[in-house]
Amino acid sequence: MWSELRDLREGQDLGTPPRGGEPVALVVDGKPVTVPAGSSVMLAAATGRCPVPKLCATDTLEAFGSCRVCLVEIQGRKGYPAACTTLVEPGMVVTTQSPRLHELRKGVVELYLSDFPKEDVPGGWSELHETLQQVGVTGHPYGQGENHLQAPVDDSNPYFLFDPAKCIVCSRCVRACEEIQGTFALTIQGRGFASQVAASQGERFLDSECVSCGACVQACPTHSLVEKSLFEGGYQRAQSPKA
Amino acid sequence: MTIKVCVPRDAAALSVGADATAAAIATAAQLAGQTIQLVRTSSRGMFWLEPFVEVETASGRVGYGPVTAEDVPGLFAAGFLQGGAHPLAHGKVEAMPFLARQERLTFARAGLTDPLSLADYEAHGGLRGLRRALGMAPTAVVEEVVASGLRGRGGAGFPTGIKWRTVAGAPAQPKYVVVNADEGDSGTYSDRMVMEGDPYVLLEGMAIAGYATGASFGYIYLRSEYPHALAVLNEALATLRARGVYGRSVLGSDFAFDAEVRVGAGAYICGEETALLESLEGKRGMVRFKPPLPAIKGLFGQPTVVNNVVSLASVPIILDRGGAHYADFGMGRSRGTLPIQLAGNVKRAGLVEKAFGVTLRQLIEDYGGGTRSGRPVRAVQVGGPLGAYFDQRLLDLPLDYEALAQHKGMVGHGGIVVFDDTVDMAEQARYAMEFCAVESCGKCTPCRIGSTRGRELIEKIVRGEDVARNHRQLLALCDVMENASLCALGGMAPWPVLSALQYFPGDFGLPEKEPAHVV
Repeated sequence: MWSELRDLREGQDLGTPPRGGEPVALVVDGKPVTVPAGSSVMLAAATGRCPVPKLCATDTLEAFGSCRVCLVEIQGRKGYPAACTTLVEPGMVVTTQSPRLHELRKGVVELYLSDFPKEDVPGGWSELHETLQQVGVTGHPYGQGENHLQAPVDDSNPYFLFDPAKCIVCSRCVRACEEIQGTFALTIQGRGFASQVAASQGERFLDSECVSCGACVQACPTHSLVEKSLFEGGYQRAQSPKA
Repeated sequence: MTIKVCVPRDAAALSVGADATAAAIATAAQLAGQTIQLVRTSSRGMFWLEPFVEVETASGRVGYGPVTAEDVPGLFAAGFLQGGAHPLAHGKVEAMPFLARQERLTFARAGLTDPLSLADYEAHGGLRGLRRALGMAPTAVVEEVVASGLRGRGGAGFPTGIKWRTVAGAPAQPKYVVVNADEGDSGTYSDRMVMEGDPYVLLEGMAIAGYATGASFGYIYLRSEYPHALAVLNEALATLRARGVYGRSVLGSDFAFDAEVRVGAGAYICGEETALLESLEGKRGMVRFKPPLPAIKGLFGQPTVVNNVVSLASVPIILDRGGAHYADFGMGRSRGTLPIQLAGNVKRAGLVEKAFGVTLRQLIEDYGGGTRSGRPVRAVQVGGPLGAYFDQRLLDLPLDYEALAQHKGMVGHGGIVVFDDTVDMAEQARYAMEFCAVESCGKCTPCRIGSTRGRELIEKIVRGEDVARNHRQLLALCDVMENASLCALGGMAPWPVLSALQYFPGDFGLPEKEPAHVV
């Protein structure tokens, strides 16, 4: 279902903002692609219709490089650079699909799912679900572990709510608040596994410096930040059939 | 004649009562009617002997240690001001085997001088490097450092001169020199010893870096756990400004340079250079992606030299004696000397500055004297919490960037932590993942979530739950962390885990392997 809904979106998300430099020619998955200098490999891949899976990248925000799903191979370079933060160079030869890349992407996405409500995996239509389908992952091998699934929902704002159980800490909301709205109301609090999105000094959204502009809601790839109007009769976390 | 008595003011000495020892010596001298000059010096780095007291005699300095306040009357009775015999006496300090077999270049003044006396510093070779540099073209200074072969002593081992060349070639102004003084690796203290014990050598190195690269301001990013270093550095900076070494005209030249100290907030990740720069800019210490390199776009988006304390403290002697002199020490692509810090279960914990090429076994046995517990050495971790664990089979490896890297070990910041045969290596592996989970900046997923899953998998393996499957999954997770993480914290956290699994599988309840031929 998500694919039809996504088709309603205007245009394709190129992953990183467009640039206006001189044309640079490179090869992505064997196809020649020309994009302006200063563009990311991710944008070049999307332009060449070889979209790379992504989560923390969107073309309304500057590249961030945190989700590690967009790893690619570049001839002559060590390791697996992130397509969003790597800039194109003339003659670059990029591979976006390989068994090794699939293995790594699958490993990363499984980590996301190990701290995500399993009831929300089937049938969802967020960008996360699009990425799950692209990478071909529906579960994870870690069993029950430490998680944020019981963190309380913040529904203090009249227009939207924040369900931290679905948050993948990609910082798109934080960056939207900063880069698009210039409000700086959101941040990441804590470090390591405890890192969480927080409004102002860990306050409720309504009590924070949030101006309810909605930029964070639009930027969220998992519907962790989501409009209340979508839920008739109020928001309820999905329950597993057993419970 | 007034007798000179030296008591270290290094934090390690203070922690075992050096202040009380110094006060007791002053009182005892007064009672005995003897005039002494009591100098609070830096430490020699022989920590098992702290508080280590040195008396200047006609035939050189004689050492006593460890000297507590209670020992002082007995020392006076034994005539220690004349170098008299006593159970705590160690004879001539320079001849002590631990020191006599070292090659101290960066730590040439350790234990000799009053850290804050600029006169003392100059009398022991200080400022000669900066004076020589100011008479050279900046590019020639950069090339001198390139020729020395000096590589970053903070951990990454990147050639310092090449980094300087990039910053020098960047057209943007202003540029900055940033000192990474967020020394957070387990068992390391060489940065602290420089900053507390020889602050001018760091500040001289910073000025040389500024002159060579075209930067006129420097920041020292100091970890909050080093209050003594903070006080010493601020006083040293004030002295340099007052004496015209820092300021609008460095030593009377056209070159202007100044610096200030900024204190961190207790995050290991802020020792990673880009997270450090974020923190220095007043933001949350999150890792930046590279490129752009800090040398091109660093602090406040400007070209920035980011160097470790020991790297910069090694620069004055390179400029003083020439790059070739420094490069004469060492082996292969590891040139010069490394201040190695022995720690953990070791009899003689302390600082050993040696040319590269010394083996781990020599360091642990000849210098360290084996374990403090007297039990056999079982494991050694080199290069901080992200370094591999080595077992007995690897102890003959030479200390060399490339030789250690072949076994996923690293020189890192030169810390060596020794464990005896009571260590539980599964617990050490679990701790490596836990450390990463706590200290991760939280930006990239392999590190942020992977470290917690890694800890959980190790716990399951140790509990005997579905061992084969969890072992396989742990290896797969380590692969993802190593290859998909944004920075070295997530990328290297698997190294101690994988090495513990390789050399000590029995500790995890896994079948022991045939001992592999490793060296």
